[in-house]
Amino acid sequence: MLNKIYDWVDERLDITPIWRDIADHEVPEHVNPAHHFSAFVYCFGGLTFFITVIQILSGMFLTMYYVPDVENAWKSVYYLQNEVAFGEIVRGMHHWGASLVIVMMFLHTLRVFFTGSYKKPRELNWIVGVGIFGVMIGLGFTGYLLPWDMKALFATKVGLEIAGSVPFIGDMIKVLLAGDTTIIGAQTLTRFFAIHVFFLPAALFALLAAHFIMIRRQGISGPL
Amino acid sequence: MSNNRVSRRQFLNYTLTGVGGFMAAGMLMPMVRFAIDPVLQSKGAGDFVPTDQKVAELTETPVKVNFSFEQVDAWYKSDVTAMAWVYKEGDKVVALSPVCKHLGCTVGWEGDKNHPDEFFCACHAGRYHKNGENIPGTPPLGPLDEFEVEEKDGLLLIGPVRPNTLVKK
Repeated sequence: MLNKIYDWVDERLDITPIWRDIADHEVPEHVNPAHHFSAFVYCFGGLTFFITVIQILSGMFLTMYYVPDVENAWKSVYYLQNEVAFGEIVRGMHHWGASLVIVMMFLHTLRVFFTGSYKKPRELNWIVGVGIFGVMIGLGFTGYLLPWDMKALFATKVGLEIAGSVPFIGDMIKVLLAGDTTIIGAQTLTRFFAIHVFFLPAALFALLAAHFIMIRRQGISGPL
Repeated sequence: MSNNRVSRRQFLNYTLTGVGGFMAAGMLMPMVRFAIDPVLQSKGAGDFVPTDQKVAELTETPVKVNFSFEQVDAWYKSDVTAMAWVYKEGDKVVALSPVCKHLGCTVGWEGDKNHPDEFFCACHAGRYHKNGENIPGTPPLGPLDEFEVEEKDGLLLIGPVRPNTLVKK
Protein backbone atom coordinates (compact mmCIF):
# COMPACT_ATOMS: atom_id res chain seq x y z
CA MET A 1 0.00 0.00 0.00
CA LEU A 2 2.58 2.54 1.12
CA ASN A 3 4.93 1.26 -1.56
CA LYS A 4 2.28 1.81 -4.19
CA ILE A 5 1.61 5.38 -3.07
CA TYR A 6 5.35 6.02 -3.06
CA ASP A 7 5.74 4.55 -6.55
CA TRP A 8 2.81 6.61 -7.83
CA VAL A 9 4.37 9.86 -6.55
CA ASP A 10 7.87 8.83 -7.57
CA GLU A 11 6.77 8.03 -11.12
CA ARG A 12 5.50 11.60 -11.51
CA LEU A 13 7.94 13.65 -9.43
CA ASP A 14 11.09 11.51 -9.35
CA ILE A 15 11.56 12.02 -5.60
CA THR A 16 14.03 9.18 -5.04
CA PRO A 17 17.14 11.22 -5.89
CA ILE A 18 16.06 13.90 -3.41
CA TRP A 19 16.06 11.73 -0.32
CA ARG A 20 18.92 9.56 -1.59
CA ASP A 21 21.01 12.68 -1.73
CA ILE A 22 20.17 13.45 1.90
CA ALA A 23 20.03 10.03 3.51
CA ASP A 24 22.07 7.64 1.41
CA HIS A 25 25.74 8.11 2.11
CA GLU A 26 28.47 5.86 3.34
CA VAL A 27 29.64 6.11 6.91
CA PRO A 28 33.45 5.80 6.94
CA GLU A 29 34.82 2.94 9.01
CA HIS A 30 36.64 5.14 11.51
CA VAL A 31 33.40 6.89 12.58
CA ASN A 32 31.28 3.73 12.73
CA PRO A 33 30.87 2.32 16.26
CA ALA A 34 30.16 -1.09 14.74
CA HIS A 35 33.81 -1.22 13.60
CA HIS A 36 35.54 0.58 16.43
CA PHE A 37 33.43 1.00 19.53
CA SER A 38 35.35 4.12 20.55
CA ALA A 39 33.87 5.78 17.46
CA PHE A 40 30.72 6.45 19.50
CA VAL A 41 32.23 9.86 20.19
CA TYR A 42 31.29 10.70 16.60
CA CYS A 43 27.62 10.28 17.56
CA PHE A 44 27.56 13.28 19.90
CA GLY A 45 26.65 15.76 17.17
CA GLY A 46 23.75 13.60 15.99
CA LEU A 47 22.60 13.10 19.56
CA THR A 48 22.67 16.85 20.14
CA PHE A 49 20.42 17.25 17.11
CA PHE A 50 18.12 14.46 18.34
CA ILE A 51 17.64 16.22 21.69
CA THR A 52 17.14 19.51 19.86
CA VAL A 53 14.27 17.89 17.97
CA ILE A 54 12.76 16.75 21.29
CA GLN A 55 13.14 20.32 22.59
CA ILE A 56 11.36 21.76 19.57
CA LEU A 57 8.50 19.25 19.77
CA SER A 58 7.97 19.44 23.53
CA GLY A 59 8.24 23.24 23.37
CA MET A 60 5.58 23.42 20.67
CA PHE A 61 3.24 21.37 22.81
CA LEU A 62 3.96 23.40 25.96
CA THR A 63 2.86 26.62 24.24
CA MET A 64 -0.62 25.09 23.94
CA TYR A 65 -1.06 25.85 27.64
CA TYR A 66 1.57 28.43 28.54
CA VAL A 67 0.83 32.18 28.66
CA PRO A 68 3.66 34.74 28.79
CA ASP A 69 1.92 37.10 31.20
CA VAL A 70 2.95 38.10 34.72
CA GLU A 71 -0.48 37.30 36.17
CA ASN A 72 -0.93 33.92 34.56
CA ALA A 73 2.47 32.52 33.56
CA TRP A 74 3.15 30.69 36.80
CA LYS A 75 -0.47 29.54 37.12
CA SER A 76 -0.52 28.18 33.59
CA VAL A 77 2.73 26.28 34.19
CA TYR A 78 1.32 24.90 37.44
CA TYR A 79 -1.86 23.90 35.63
CA LEU A 80 -0.16 22.20 32.70
CA GLN A 81 2.17 20.33 35.02
CA ASN A 82 -0.39 19.16 37.56
CA GLU A 83 -3.78 19.10 35.86
CA VAL A 84 -3.04 18.07 32.27
CA ALA A 85 -2.36 14.43 31.43
CA PHE A 86 1.39 13.80 30.94
CA GLY A 87 2.04 17.45 31.74
CA GLU A 88 4.81 16.48 34.13
CA ILE A 89 6.40 14.33 31.42
CA VAL A 90 6.18 16.90 28.64
CA ARG A 91 7.47 19.73 30.81
CA GLY A 92 10.08 17.34 32.21
CA MET A 93 11.30 16.54 28.70
CA HIS A 94 11.75 20.25 27.97
CA HIS A 95 13.31 20.96 31.38
CA TRP A 96 15.86 18.12 31.42
CA GLY A 97 16.40 18.22 27.67
CA ALA A 98 17.50 21.83 27.98
CA SER A 99 20.39 20.81 30.22
CA LEU A 100 21.15 17.74 28.15
CA VAL A 101 21.46 19.77 24.94
CA ILE A 102 24.18 21.86 26.55
CA VAL A 103 25.97 18.74 27.81
CA MET A 104 25.82 16.94 24.46
CA MET A 105 26.85 20.06 22.59
CA PHE A 106 29.85 20.40 24.89
CA LEU A 107 30.86 16.75 24.34
CA HIS A 108 30.45 17.22 20.58
CA THR A 109 32.69 20.29 20.75
CA LEU A 110 35.32 18.31 22.69
CA ARG A 111 35.24 15.52 20.09
CA VAL A 112 35.70 18.00 17.26
CA PHE A 113 38.52 19.67 19.19
CA PHE A 114 40.46 16.53 20.09
CA THR A 115 40.13 14.96 16.62
CA GLY A 116 41.30 18.26 15.13
CA SER A 117 38.24 18.30 12.88
CA TYR A 118 38.04 22.10 13.01
CA LYS A 119 41.23 22.47 10.91
CA LYS A 120 41.34 23.47 7.27
CA PRO A 121 39.06 23.15 5.30
CA ARG A 122 36.45 23.02 8.12
CA GLU A 123 37.17 26.31 9.94
CA LEU A 124 33.89 27.86 8.77
CA ASN A 125 31.88 25.01 10.20
CA TRP A 126 33.59 25.49 13.56
CA ILE A 127 32.59 29.15 13.46
CA VAL A 128 28.98 28.26 12.66
CA GLY A 129 29.13 25.74 15.51
CA VAL A 130 30.20 28.49 17.90
CA GLY A 131 27.19 30.46 16.66
CA ILE A 132 24.92 27.51 17.46
CA PHE A 133 26.52 27.33 20.91
CA GLY A 134 25.65 30.98 21.51
CA VAL A 135 22.07 30.54 20.30
CA MET A 136 21.63 27.49 22.56
CA ILE A 137 22.91 29.42 25.58
CA GLY A 138 20.49 32.21 24.65
CA LEU A 139 17.62 29.73 24.45
CA GLY A 140 18.54 28.41 27.88
CA PHE A 141 18.74 31.92 29.34
CA THR A 142 15.44 33.16 27.88
CA GLY A 143 13.59 29.91 28.63
CA TYR A 144 14.68 29.99 32.26
CA LEU A 145 12.54 33.06 32.99
CA LEU A 146 9.32 31.73 31.51
CA PRO A 147 7.96 29.71 34.50
CA TRP A 148 8.00 33.06 36.33
CA ASP A 149 8.90 31.76 39.77
CA MET A 150 11.40 33.29 42.19
CA LYS A 151 14.33 31.27 40.86
CA ALA A 152 13.53 32.40 37.32
CA LEU A 153 13.18 36.03 38.36
CA PHE A 154 16.45 36.26 40.28
CA ALA A 155 18.41 34.23 37.72
CA THR A 156 17.26 36.70 35.08
CA LYS A 157 18.10 39.63 37.34
CA VAL A 158 21.66 38.32 37.58
CA GLY A 159 21.81 37.56 33.86
CA LEU A 160 20.66 41.07 32.99
CA GLU A 161 23.27 42.57 35.35
CA ILE A 162 25.93 40.55 33.53
CA ALA A 163 24.62 41.80 30.19
CA GLY A 164 24.67 45.32 31.64
CA SER A 165 28.35 45.02 32.51
CA VAL A 166 29.38 45.13 28.83
CA PRO A 167 31.52 48.26 28.30
CA PHE A 168 29.78 51.33 26.82
CA ILE A 169 26.63 49.64 25.44
CA GLY A 170 25.85 47.47 28.48
CA ASP A 171 22.96 49.58 29.70
CA MET A 172 21.38 49.63 26.26
CA ILE A 173 21.61 45.84 25.94
CA LYS A 174 20.05 45.50 29.37
CA VAL A 175 17.09 47.74 28.53
CA LEU A 176 16.70 46.09 25.14
CA LEU A 177 16.41 42.68 26.81
CA ALA A 178 14.34 43.72 29.82
CA GLY A 179 12.04 46.15 28.01
CA ASP A 180 12.31 48.61 30.90
CA THR A 181 15.11 50.52 32.60
CA THR A 182 14.38 49.23 36.10
CA ILE A 183 11.55 46.70 36.13
CA ILE A 184 11.89 43.03 35.35
CA GLY A 185 8.24 42.38 34.69
CA ALA A 186 5.51 42.23 32.09
CA GLN A 187 7.61 43.47 29.19
CA THR A 188 10.60 41.35 30.14
CA LEU A 189 8.47 38.23 30.14
CA THR A 190 6.85 38.86 26.75
CA ARG A 191 10.21 39.78 25.23
CA PHE A 192 11.91 36.69 26.57
CA PHE A 193 9.03 34.57 25.33
CA ALA A 194 9.21 36.05 21.83
CA ILE A 195 12.99 35.63 21.74
CA HIS A 196 12.71 32.09 23.09
CA VAL A 197 10.07 30.77 20.69
CA PHE A 198 10.53 32.85 17.52
CA PHE A 199 13.80 34.73 17.12
CA LEU A 200 16.34 32.28 18.51
CA PRO A 201 14.75 29.16 16.97
CA ALA A 202 14.75 30.92 13.59
CA ALA A 203 18.45 31.70 14.01
CA LEU A 204 19.04 28.13 15.18
CA PHE A 205 17.40 26.61 12.09
CA ALA A 206 19.49 28.77 9.77
CA LEU A 207 22.72 27.90 11.56
CA LEU A 208 21.89 24.18 11.76
CA ALA A 209 21.13 24.13 8.04
CA ALA A 210 24.51 25.74 7.32
CA HIS A 211 26.21 23.30 9.73
CA PHE A 212 24.73 20.24 8.02
CA ILE A 213 25.16 21.46 4.44
CA MET A 214 28.84 22.05 5.14
CA ILE A 215 29.23 18.56 6.59
CA ARG A 216 27.77 17.07 3.41
CA ARG A 217 29.94 19.28 1.20
CA GLN A 218 33.16 18.49 3.04
CA GLY A 219 32.50 15.02 4.40
CA ILE A 220 33.53 13.79 7.82
CA SER A 221 37.17 14.47 8.70
CA GLY A 222 39.61 11.59 8.25
CA PRO A 223 40.93 9.20 10.91
CA LEU A 224 43.50 10.35 13.43
CA MET B 1 5.73 -18.74 5.67
CA SER B 2 8.89 -20.80 5.35
CA ASN B 3 8.79 -20.25 1.60
CA ASN B 4 9.48 -16.53 2.06
CA ARG B 5 13.07 -16.26 3.08
CA VAL B 6 13.74 -13.04 4.93
CA SER B 7 16.93 -11.53 3.66
CA ARG B 8 19.48 -9.97 5.98
CA ARG B 9 18.61 -6.54 4.55
CA GLN B 10 14.90 -7.08 5.15
CA PHE B 11 15.48 -8.32 8.67
CA LEU B 12 17.56 -5.25 9.49
CA ASN B 13 14.97 -3.00 7.90
CA TYR B 14 12.17 -4.50 9.97
CA THR B 15 14.04 -4.44 13.27
CA LEU B 16 15.32 -0.90 12.78
CA THR B 17 11.88 0.35 11.74
CA GLY B 18 10.35 -1.41 14.73
CA VAL B 19 12.83 -0.08 17.27
CA GLY B 20 12.75 3.38 15.71
CA GLY B 21 8.96 3.38 15.71
CA PHE B 22 8.90 2.30 19.33
CA MET B 23 11.24 5.13 20.31
CA ALA B 24 9.30 7.70 18.29
CA ALA B 25 6.04 6.51 19.86
CA GLY B 26 7.53 6.72 23.35
CA MET B 27 8.53 10.29 22.59
CA LEU B 28 5.34 11.41 20.87
CA MET B 29 2.73 9.59 22.95
CA PRO B 30 3.03 11.81 26.04
CA MET B 31 3.00 14.95 23.89
CA VAL B 32 -0.06 13.91 21.91
CA ARG B 33 -1.95 12.83 25.03
CA PHE B 34 -0.96 16.18 26.59
CA ALA B 35 -2.35 18.05 23.59
CA ILE B 36 -5.65 16.19 23.36
CA ASP B 37 -6.31 16.39 27.11
CA PRO B 38 -9.17 18.93 26.82
CA VAL B 39 -11.12 16.48 24.66
CA LEU B 40 -10.78 13.70 27.23
CA GLN B 41 -11.32 15.69 30.43
CA SER B 42 -14.64 14.85 32.07
CA LYS B 43 -16.78 17.76 33.13
CA GLY B 44 -18.60 17.47 36.44
CA ALA B 45 -22.35 18.09 36.47
CA GLY B 46 -23.17 21.76 37.04
CA ASP B 47 -24.63 23.13 40.26
CA PHE B 48 -27.88 25.01 40.70
CA VAL B 49 -27.25 28.75 40.68
CA PRO B 50 -29.49 31.16 42.59
CA THR B 51 -31.14 34.09 40.81
CA ASP B 52 -33.04 37.20 41.97
CA GLN B 53 -36.20 36.11 40.16
CA LYS B 54 -39.22 35.47 42.41
CA VAL B 55 -41.05 32.46 41.08
CA ALA B 56 -44.41 33.99 42.07
CA GLU B 57 -43.80 36.93 39.74
CA LEU B 58 -43.30 34.82 36.63
CA THR B 59 -45.98 34.95 33.97
CA GLU B 60 -46.65 33.19 30.71
CA THR B 61 -44.50 35.77 28.93
CA PRO B 62 -40.78 34.87 28.81
CA VAL B 63 -38.55 37.24 30.81
CA LYS B 64 -34.79 37.57 30.83
CA VAL B 65 -33.27 36.13 34.04
CA ASN B 66 -29.57 36.71 34.65
CA PHE B 67 -27.55 34.38 36.79
CA SER B 68 -23.89 34.57 37.82
CA PHE B 69 -21.49 31.83 38.74
CA GLU B 70 -17.79 31.33 39.19
CA GLN B 71 -16.32 29.83 36.05
CA VAL B 72 -13.08 27.88 36.34
CA ASP B 73 -11.27 28.05 33.03
CA ALA B 74 -8.09 26.03 33.58
CA TRP B 75 -5.86 28.48 35.54
CA TYR B 76 -8.27 31.40 35.17
CA LYS B 77 -11.22 31.88 37.52
CA SER B 78 -13.83 34.52 36.81
CA ASP B 79 -17.41 35.47 37.56
CA VAL B 80 -19.56 34.94 34.53
CA THR B 81 -23.09 36.21 34.01
CA ALA B 82 -25.35 34.11 31.81
CA MET B 83 -29.00 34.47 30.91
CA ALA B 84 -32.13 32.37 30.50
CA TRP B 85 -35.61 33.03 29.08
CA VAL B 86 -38.03 32.04 31.86
CA TYR B 87 -41.82 31.73 31.82
CA LYS B 88 -44.59 29.71 33.41
CA GLU B 89 -46.40 26.95 31.61
CA GLY B 90 -49.34 26.34 33.95
CA ASP B 91 -47.57 25.65 37.25
CA LYS B 92 -44.39 24.52 35.62
CA VAL B 93 -41.45 26.91 35.32
CA VAL B 94 -39.64 26.74 31.99
CA ALA B 95 -36.15 28.19 31.50
CA LEU B 96 -34.84 28.16 27.94
CA SER B 97 -31.25 28.70 26.92
CA PRO B 98 -30.85 31.79 24.72
CA VAL B 99 -28.17 30.11 22.62
CA CYS B 100 -29.37 29.76 19.04
CA LYS B 101 -29.05 26.22 17.71
CA HIS B 102 -27.94 27.50 14.34
CA LEU B 103 -24.53 29.01 15.10
CA GLY B 104 -24.69 30.03 18.76
CA CYS B 105 -25.83 33.66 18.72
CA THR B 106 -28.23 34.90 21.41
CA VAL B 107 -31.95 34.79 20.69
CA GLY B 108 -34.41 37.41 21.93
CA TRP B 109 -38.10 37.08 22.82
CA GLU B 110 -40.09 38.95 20.20
CA GLY B 111 -36.77 40.15 18.84
CA ASP B 112 -38.41 40.96 15.53
CA LYS B 113 -41.52 43.14 15.11
CA ASN B 114 -42.90 40.97 12.31
CA HIS B 115 -42.81 37.81 14.39
CA PRO B 116 -44.62 38.28 17.72
CA ASP B 117 -44.76 35.44 20.25
CA GLU B 118 -41.56 33.94 18.91
CA PHE B 119 -37.89 33.80 19.78
CA PHE B 120 -35.83 35.49 17.11
CA CYS B 121 -32.13 35.29 16.34
CA ALA B 122 -30.80 38.46 14.73
CA CYS B 123 -27.76 36.84 13.13
CA HIS B 124 -29.50 34.82 10.43
CA ALA B 125 -33.18 35.34 11.22
CA GLY B 126 -33.65 32.03 13.01
CA ARG B 127 -37.04 31.68 14.69
CA TYR B 128 -38.47 29.49 17.46
CA HIS B 129 -41.89 28.96 19.02
CA LYS B 130 -42.37 29.81 22.67
CA ASN B 131 -41.56 26.24 23.76
CA GLY B 132 -38.24 26.48 21.93
CA GLU B 133 -39.28 24.53 18.85
CA ASN B 134 -37.45 25.75 15.79
CA ILE B 135 -39.64 26.97 12.95
CA PRO B 136 -39.06 25.01 9.73
CA GLY B 137 -37.64 27.08 6.90
CA THR B 138 -35.44 29.14 9.24
CA PRO B 139 -31.77 28.27 9.80
CA PRO B 140 -31.86 26.42 13.19
CA LEU B 141 -32.00 22.63 12.94
CA GLY B 142 -33.14 21.87 16.49
CA PRO B 143 -35.09 23.31 19.44
CA LEU B 144 -33.57 25.63 22.05
CA ASP B 145 -31.93 23.87 25.00
CA GLU B 146 -33.56 23.96 28.39
CA PHE B 147 -32.18 24.61 31.89
CA GLU B 148 -33.15 22.46 34.82
CA VAL B 149 -34.87 24.66 37.41
CA GLU B 150 -35.52 24.55 41.14
CA GLU B 151 -37.25 26.82 43.62
CA LYS B 152 -35.83 27.82 47.00
CA ASP B 153 -37.38 30.36 49.38
CA GLY B 154 -39.58 31.59 46.55
CA LEU B 155 -36.58 32.33 44.34
CA LEU B 156 -35.65 30.63 41.09
CA LEU B 157 -32.54 28.45 40.82
CA ILE B 158 -31.04 27.62 37.45
CA GLY B 159 -29.30 24.30 36.94
CA PRO B 160 -27.41 22.45 34.23
CA VAL B 161 -28.50 22.73 30.62
CA ARG B 162 -30.11 19.75 28.87
CA PRO B 163 -31.82 19.09 25.52
CA ASN B 164 -35.32 20.51 25.12
CA THR B 165 -38.00 18.30 26.71
CA LEU B 166 -41.07 20.42 25.81
CA VAL B 167 -41.14 19.88 22.07
CA LYS B 168 -43.14 16.81 21.14
CA LYS B 169 -41.95 15.11 18.02
